[in-house]
Amino acid sequence: MSKGTYIARPNRTLQIYACLFLIVLYTPVLFIPLFSFNDSIYVRFPLTGFTTNWYVDLMSRQSVWHAMWNSIRVGVFVSIVSTILGVMAARAITRRKLPGQNAIIGFVMLPLVIPGIIFGVALLVLLSRMGVTLSLNTVALGHLIVCMPFSVATLLPRFEGMDRSMEEASADLGENGWWTFWRVTFPLVLPGIIASLLLTFTVSFDEFIMAFFLSSTDSTLPMYIWSQLRFPREFPTILALSSLILMVSFALVFVALWINRMGLNDEDALS
Amino acid sequence: MTDAAAHATQPGRSVRRGPIARLRHSKTAQSYALLAPSLLVLVIGVVIPFLILLAMSFWTRQGFEFDTTMTTANYARTMDEPIFGAFLMRSFWVSGIATVATVLLCYPMAYYVAFHVHSRKMLWIVLMTLPFWTSYLLRVFAWKVILGYEGVINASLLGMGMIEKPLEFLLYSQTAVVITLAHAWAAFAILPMYVSLEKIDRSLLEAAADLGDGPVLRFLRITLPLSMPGVIAASFLIFIPTTGDYITPALLGGPDGAMIGNLIQLQFGAVNNWPMGAALSIVLMAWIAAIGLVFLFVTRRAQRMAA
Repeated sequence: MSKGTYIARPNRTLQIYACLFLIVLYTPVLFIPLFSFNDSIYVRFPLTGFTTNWYVDLMSRQSVWHAMWNSIRVGVFVSIVSTILGVMAARAITRRKLPGQNAIIGFVMLPLVIPGIIFGVALLVLLSRMGVTLSLNTVALGHLIVCMPFSVATLLPRFEGMDRSMEEASADLGENGWWTFWRVTFPLVLPGIIASLLLTFTVSFDEFIMAFFLSSTDSTLPMYIWSQLRFPREFPTILALSSLILMVSFALVFVALWINRMGLNDEDALS
Repeated sequence: MTDAAAHATQPGRSVRRGPIARLRHSKTAQSYALLAPSLLVLVIGVVIPFLILLAMSFWTRQGFEFDTTMTTANYARTMDEPIFGAFLMRSFWVSGIATVATVLLCYPMAYYVAFHVHSRKMLWIVLMTLPFWTSYLLRVFAWKVILGYEGVINASLLGMGMIEKPLEFLLYSQTAVVITLAHAWAAFAILPMYVSLEKIDRSLLEAAADLGDGPVLRFLRITLPLSMPGVIAASFLIFIPTTGDYITPALLGGPDGAMIGNLIQLQFGAVNNWPMGAALSIVLMAWIAAIGLVFLFVTRRAQRMAA
């Protein structure tokens, strides 16, 4: 619309800055896969040669597989529960103006901002006073707190952007509340639900600080990485493992963000 | 609105309903019922733990047990022993610098996407925010790979014979922590600034141009003030979580760059003085709240004076 006016005049300096910005944003992360294929125990230039040995070594480790299975179990559980809670909360908030609604949203979003260490130690204190032994269950509880803001933040715009008259039409045609939800609301918000599942899974899969405080000997993948960081000779193998995790995270999030944008009207005009 | 009208048309039925039935059919009650599970999780996972943390901060350690008589001894220690104050100050200093650096570096980027990208805007936003979703631990780890004692920079320079011994200021220092924090939180800072830049009514800029303002004045008098809410939000979103950060100072800080988060973790770990750790957590929260409120107050004042 404003294309071609003086305000939108291409700005060469800004363009170069933006490209540099993206390069700087991604380069550090790209060093991880780069050196994971390097045939040297030292992480330095010049690269000495190509190898996949670190990956082979990784695959042969029982503890890695075990930690990965733990991470997947926690991630699947947390993503499903937090998405269900997110759907219910988003539905409740968007259905009508509720007294204290903004306070509730702020409350749900709190874990996004408060330092994770505070939630970690607070939960640790509660669980130990209750005599609960630390396990993957306690990690899952911690992750649930961390993931709920992401579910709600993903689902709220979906429910808000939904055409309310569709639900009303369904109700007028005699469907009860439950069927209206399943046959009208659910399909309309489905992209948001899928995005929420993928994003919260990724957040849980990558989460470290809660797991650090709330896990016992049964570790998740980030905990496994942390425990190996002390040993310099483990560095290349950890680089290989990190590359795999990064790849999975990037793919999941990219798909999630893409699905989530589909059908959101205001974005169609922009892209 | 329509629900209320629908209910009003069936007065006969709702009169016959008991109070519980009426509650079940009230939309507001239903909404709260839908919210209940989330709120329950938050009460169990946030409110109760926080209250117990608060209570524990008034206890003292007795060997491996706790003396649960209330005392402010822990808080007195945070005042008396300079190490606690020093750690707090350093945390605020380091994350303050990281916040300013991040906001300054991200603003032009948010500006560029908001004003100069017209096609494929979504792709740019996804590209900018994608790293934020990937493991924080791994993003910090990446900087350890680069800055580390045996890291890319040092090892390469050493290997090529350009330096005699590793550049120590790069690793295990506050500089390393600031660089890593700024980089790791960049994706988080861009979004609120982008949103408030995107919302600016373009016709205001055209009006200013028509009235004779050049690009610089236009930016200073319209774009910058109107995007301040985003800048403030971004500052909060970086400053608050980074002050309590544990991973970055633990991996890259060394003794010189350790922050309050590391001290808190020590109390729950090696030092094994949980009440002290609880007190430190509460002090950190109180400081964050206080700084946040002052910051908010000052910016509100400044905005009102500008307007």
